Amino acid sequence: MEKLIQMIDIRKEYKMGDETVYANDGITLDIDKGEFVAIVGKSGSGKSTLMNIIGALDVPTSGTYLLGGKNVGKLSDNQLADIRNKMIGFVFQQYNLLPRMSIMENVELPLLYAHVSARERERRAMEALEKVGLSEKAKQMPKQLSGGQQQRVSIARALAANPSLILADEPTGALDSKTSRQVLDFFKKIHEDGNTVIMITHDNSIAVEAKRVIRIADGKINFDGSSEDYAAII
Amino acid sequence: MLQSFKLAIKSIIANKMRSFLTMLGLIIGVSAVVILVSVMMGYLNNMVKSFMEMGANTITVSLVNMPARHASVDQMYDFFNENRDVFSEMTPQVNVSGTVKVGTTKSTTTTVSGVSEYYGKLKNYKLEKGRFLSYSDMISRQKVVVIGYYVALKLFGSPKEAMGQIIKINGSAFTVVGVVERQDKKQLSARGNDDFAFMPYSTAGQLNGTSVPDNYIFATVNTKISDKAVKLLNEFLKTIYTQKDTFFVQSMSQMLSEINVQMALMSTIIGAIAGISLLVAGVGVMNIMLVSVTERTREIGIRKALGARRGVILQQFVIEALVTSTIGGSIGIVLGCIVSPTIGNIMGMSSPANFNAVIISFSVSVAIGLIFGYMPAMRAASLNPIDALRSE
Repeated sequence: MEKLIQMIDIRKEYKMGDETVYANDGITLDIDKGEFVAIVGKSGSGKSTLMNIIGALDVPTSGTYLLGGKNVGKLSDNQLADIRNKMIGFVFQQYNLLPRMSIMENVELPLLYAHVSARERERRAMEALEKVGLSEKAKQMPKQLSGGQQQRVSIARALAANPSLILADEPTGALDSKTSRQVLDFFKKIHEDGNTVIMITHDNSIAVEAKRVIRIADGKINFDGSSEDYAAII
Repeated sequence: MLQSFKLAIKSIIANKMRSFLTMLGLIIGVSAVVILVSVMMGYLNNMVKSFMEMGANTITVSLVNMPARHASVDQMYDFFNENRDVFSEMTPQVNVSGTVKVGTTKSTTTTVSGVSEYYGKLKNYKLEKGRFLSYSDMISRQKVVVIGYYVALKLFGSPKEAMGQIIKINGSAFTVVGVVERQDKKQLSARGNDDFAFMPYSTAGQLNGTSVPDNYIFATVNTKISDKAVKLLNEFLKTIYTQKDTFFVQSMSQMLSEINVQMALMSTIIGAIAGISLLVAGVGVMNIMLVSVTERTREIGIRKALGARRGVILQQFVIEALVTSTIGGSIGIVLGCIVSPTIGNIMGMSSPANFNAVIISFSVSVAIGLIFGYMPAMRAASLNPIDALRSE
């Protein structure tokens, strides 16, 4: 399998007053194209820091992070923005749709920043909305949609730019169990379509829905294996 | 770019009240600049115009005459005749104080003066009825008088009826030989431009008991040589009046240029005062933009996470500030353009919106949008996406 993510001894330090906190303390992992991975950990474990680094929102203090062969650790702000734009599709816990824009415009946003032409933007946004079954809501505003629908819109937005990686941060955290299930089914479907999906969660019952589980504690990986193996130890 | 404009307009519409309050400062500032400068310029132009009507090519000579040293009318005439290449007209001006009376009707406000036969031409007067004074009137000290439209109307009812009538000035009887066309088209009033009477200077001298006029008005053949004419007059008067401050020569063009300097200074000061309100408006724009950035931190975080580069965010906020200030500035200009002529009308003068004031205040308001919008925009652009996303 082709490697999408290669992390070698990633460390991230924060200065908290006089103390130095090691949020990530030597993380080494590989993720292949087409995998469905859950990164699980308690709050404060360092999983959010890891997500930020994977998502090119932050750079590690030391270590090497290759995303699709590119060394992300050495890039400038604008280059990171381009990486996020072209390679990563984010799905957030709070959906993070822009409230003053229509569903369609929200989904078009990453394409806008990629300088895709208006007509092409519309076509691709519509295609992404069709995938999540919300094409008939395109003209509506985020407020008019339920939480589950909004999260599906944000998945459509993540898919629109056709990124190499879908990165979901607690995607079901704000949803009830029934809608959570639907959203998880969407991720499974996306994965079956050939997308690489990484899901960050604190919830073991969500984590086991993935194919592979990586558990973080105290800034280190303390489990990395199939979800069946993970289910066995919890 | 186009997208940023659309976004800016959307954001302005979404926050109608806030946007309007931001613009209000600019609207007031810009319209204040336009109105103040326009009305000021209108007023000053009006003043200059009335000076011009008196004749831009005239030179006023004031003399302090002593029994021992003075210039006689003949000396002044000789000087005038020697320099006909420079001067086109000349008149002594003898002020006669007193009342103008016909029967029991009298007018105390009328300006009565003794002048030469050139006076009508010098003042650019046209006749309604009759004739101006003539050279022979001067020689023979005729008791004739030319009156203004207001005087004719007040004392005789009409210019036609005034002709050939007897008028009493300080007890002496004068015959009305001419009535000057109405000068002030707007109003006829006491002490106005039509409330005057003039007689031969020789007659006036007799009436006053002195034969030496204190004032002369010269007209040059054109406005360009007025400096040369002033010099000539000064040189001539120096030969008669040895003391420096016993004669005074001033050309209308000198006065006009002095007025123009004052005028420029005044409008600059007024413009600067009004400009301060524009600056305050700018601080308002910055304040609102900062609030807008803080309020939309999360939005900025989302946009950055989705791949918006720094420049894109910067552009979005700068354009928003720019659009806000441009709309505010435009409304201010429209308001200024409506209010300025209205104030002018009320004040009885013409004060159209001053083009320079419009251009300058508009540019300043756009510049304010740029400058004061830039700082908040920079702040938005340099937000860390992680922190921005975390904010509520």
